[in-house]
Amino acid sequence: MSSSPRNAPAWLQATPFALVFALFLVLPLVLVAAVSFWRATDYELIPAFTAQNYFDIFSGCANTSELCVTLKTYLSTLKFCVLVWAITLVIGFAVAYFLAFHVRSVGAQTLLFILCTVPFWTSNVIRMISWVPLLGRNGVINQGLQAVGLIDAPLEWLLFSDFSVVLAFVHLYTMFMIVPIFNSMMRIDRALIEAARDSGASGWQTVWNVVVPLSRTGIIIGSIFVITIVMGDFVTIGVMGGQQIASVGKIIQVQTSYLQFPAAAANAVILLIVTLMMIWGLTRVVDIRKEL
Amino acid sequence: MGDAKRPAAFYALAAVFGLFVLFLYGPMITIFVLSFQGPEGGLTFPMRGVSLHWFAKLWEGMGVVDVAAAFRRSVALGVVVMGLTVLFALGAGLAFRKRFAGSGLLFYVSVASLIMPSIVVSLGIGLQFRLIDTAAKSALESGGLSGLLEGYGTAMGLFTSALGAHLTWTLPFGLLIMLAVFNRFNPAYEEAASDLGATPWQSFRHVVLPLIAPSLVGVGMFGFTLSWDEIARTSQAIGDVNTLPLELQGLTSTVTTPAIYALGTVTTVVSFAVMGGTWALMRWLRARGGRRAAA
Repeated sequence: MSSSPRNAPAWLQATPFALVFALFLVLPLVLVAAVSFWRATDYELIPAFTAQNYFDIFSGCANTSELCVTLKTYLSTLKFCVLVWAITLVIGFAVAYFLAFHVRSVGAQTLLFILCTVPFWTSNVIRMISWVPLLGRNGVINQGLQAVGLIDAPLEWLLFSDFSVVLAFVHLYTMFMIVPIFNSMMRIDRALIEAARDSGASGWQTVWNVVVPLSRTGIIIGSIFVITIVMGDFVTIGVMGGQQIASVGKIIQVQTSYLQFPAAAANAVILLIVTLMMIWGLTRVVDIRKEL
Repeated sequence: MGDAKRPAAFYALAAVFGLFVLFLYGPMITIFVLSFQGPEGGLTFPMRGVSLHWFAKLWEGMGVVDVAAAFRRSVALGVVVMGLTVLFALGAGLAFRKRFAGSGLLFYVSVASLIMPSIVVSLGIGLQFRLIDTAAKSALESGGLSGLLEGYGTAMGLFTSALGAHLTWTLPFGLLIMLAVFNRFNPAYEEAASDLGATPWQSFRHVVLPLIAPSLVGVGMFGFTLSWDEIARTSQAIGDVNTLPLELQGLTSTVTTPAIYALGTVTTVVSFAVMGGTWALMRWLRARGGRRAAA
């Protein structure tokens, strides 16, 4: 091997890339962990070692008669997480399955795949507010339902509600399920499907016993993306919830904007631990690197 | 699957797919249409005439927000992020072809960056720059340079903290694309080049680079469009000025005219222009590569 990029020391080529992550990911995370044990006044941070920030977060949580704010917020965030995960998984699987197994020409497959991914490169906020003229009080859906006489008064729960938050999440992030699941499905040897059919398996049996297990990697990668996005979200829940719904990400954002860094850092550490535990459970079953 | 007759499942799934595409694009098309609302029109249908009124309003600025300045800032940041993403991801991609100490760790750190909740990264970078500011101010004070101290605001800014935040988001995508490209790359081309006496640099410049150029264009597009729309990581790490999507997010709760749809149309047009340009450039590079190979 004598070509230049192969001869240049590998670590030299990787240095700029590695420096970015050292300076803007690893160091900030270390600081978050450290500052979560600091104290703060209104205008300055005081290096110290106190677990007070963590006690504050869980204050009142020993009370069994009523849930404390922290647990309530986590439960609400988890509820969104589970709902969005289940819906994106079903839609993502169906769409990927259609593309991988029912579209026969490669050209049509590529075109339809691109059709599904293009919105990913456009603004998320725009895609959120694009629901306003549809779901609003005088929006298309309410006008339509009233015109047919199904309802007398406009439905209020369509916009700035749990419903619109879940809808927006599904709208924005199903792509993260489709791409890895489609990628896994394209690697499935078509002979296996034939063999299943020849052995007398019905369509459902083939999907459940052959396609699902062989798409496991894609399903898990997609799930990791969706779960981490929803767990840390504050933008979607903020905009689509009309800034009225609490989430873990929102707590951190609000505390940061009030410069309560130690409290925000402690919340971030807990969020990180919860998210990492969820991912850890999922990665137990897959090695991402083999899949490229 | 070779038989000509489609199974019933095909039609059911095709219907699901069609509904999904409608679900993806329907709302976006609605606001494109509504952004051309007449001057008397509101946030929802019916259309009251067709005009460019709201685009003109947008250009005048919305209240305290200077949309044009935010637009310029976002373009500048996006272009810088794009350039650095291509360079750094290419370097890392080349490095990953060989084994090097820490390559496994570096891979997992970049994957971690991709799935790390953005608010945590953003908080960390914001915190980091706040501590830098404190340290810098006390250093200036103890050095007796209080003249400089007055001019010192914050180290946080578009091309420091925000740039770093964006790179933690774009570089993992760039690396994954480069790894996929080099996994499928046939080293025989390079070996042939060096057998024919090409220097290492020549074989990179004239053999490897033309072959991977279309993918690099793709990496560049990821870099620009991801930066152009980024909110969560930028939010706590930007300082005094705002990028366009951050302004837009703020405007969602205050603006109640179709001007916000006009802004949506403008930013989406930029995204589509970048995608279209990327596609054209990739096709051109591939066609050129094909001609060269044939010649």
